[in-house]
Amino acid sequence: MARLRARPKASGRMDLSLIWQPALTHYLVLGAILFAISVIGIFLNRRNVILMLMAIELMLLAVNLNFIAFSHYLNDPAGQVFVFFILTVAAAESAIGLAILVLLFRTVRSIDVEDLATLRH
Amino acid sequence: MDIQPVVFYVFAAVLVFAALRVISSSNPVHSALWLVLSFFSAAGIWLLLQAEFLAIALVLVYVGAVMVLFLFVVMMLDVNFAKMREQFKSYIPVGATVGILILVEMTLVLLGGYFAPGTGAAPAAAAAGYSNTRALGLLLYTDYAYPFEIAAVILLVAIIAAIALTHRAPRTSKRQDPAAQVKVRRGDRLRVIDMPAEKNEG
Repeated sequence: MARLRARPKASGRMDLSLIWQPALTHYLVLGAILFAISVIGIFLNRRNVILMLMAIELMLLAVNLNFIAFSHYLNDPAGQVFVFFILTVAAAESAIGLAILVLLFRTVRSIDVEDLATLRH
Repeated sequence: MDIQPVVFYVFAAVLVFAALRVISSSNPVHSALWLVLSFFSAAGIWLLLQAEFLAIALVLVYVGAVMVLFLFVVMMLDVNFAKMREQFKSYIPVGATVGILILVEMTLVLLGGYFAPGTGAAPAAAAAGYSNTRALGLLLYTDYAYPFEIAAVILLVAIIAAIALTHRAPRTSKRQDPAAQVKVRRGDRLRVIDMPAEKNEG
């Protein structure tokens, strides 16, 4: 990434110190990495409901990081207000998701997604 | 030497490593603990972005409540981990391909758009006495008061739903079971007996 498209200085030499300083791009790439990791996590742990819930939390974390980075660099506090609400909704969703999981576990005794497909014959 | 880039890269490295360990741990308890570490690192990065209220809220609310809830549930459920891991290895090629594709696409979009001159500049430093919490509070209770109330209602609904789903009433008290009441058949309640009519003496 350091080799690509650095701004040339007036003397014609590449100025790489601008890549080193964390700018908006760095935070967004970090958010993208986290999001990609959580998508990989959902792919890899398709059968495990708890790990899928954790991967969803990671996704929400990536999105929150994006919002706060934009809020900082565009001087708009609306991004932080939105993160506040995302945190609220994510907490509510985790609580209900885990309650459903506990309830299912009482009957089915397994967290394998395949075992939950009881509507199929 | 400016310490801020170093702090950013250290926290970012810890965050990415912890996230990778979340999805690749064989034990869900380990995954939950790695997720706790990644939330702490993210809170550190948010502090760098001068969002201190949200960073503290992340640690107190998310780590302190939601992740503790995750740990409770994970430790309570008695799961056979070995069976879950069988499928893991076969999904790695597809999963890694998709993940790397997503990452490359997002990075290309970002690099293409954001190396334009001027957008990389850091914002002006906040005035002395600036309090992120106060600024957020001023917004939340005026412009965003209605969404704030809706968020409170969402939390209330979540509480009621979680309790209603998992609450087991004590078996000793008499209670109605509407499902059983509806399933009742005529034969359960009524039995028709054929008897000869009795003669009335009087």
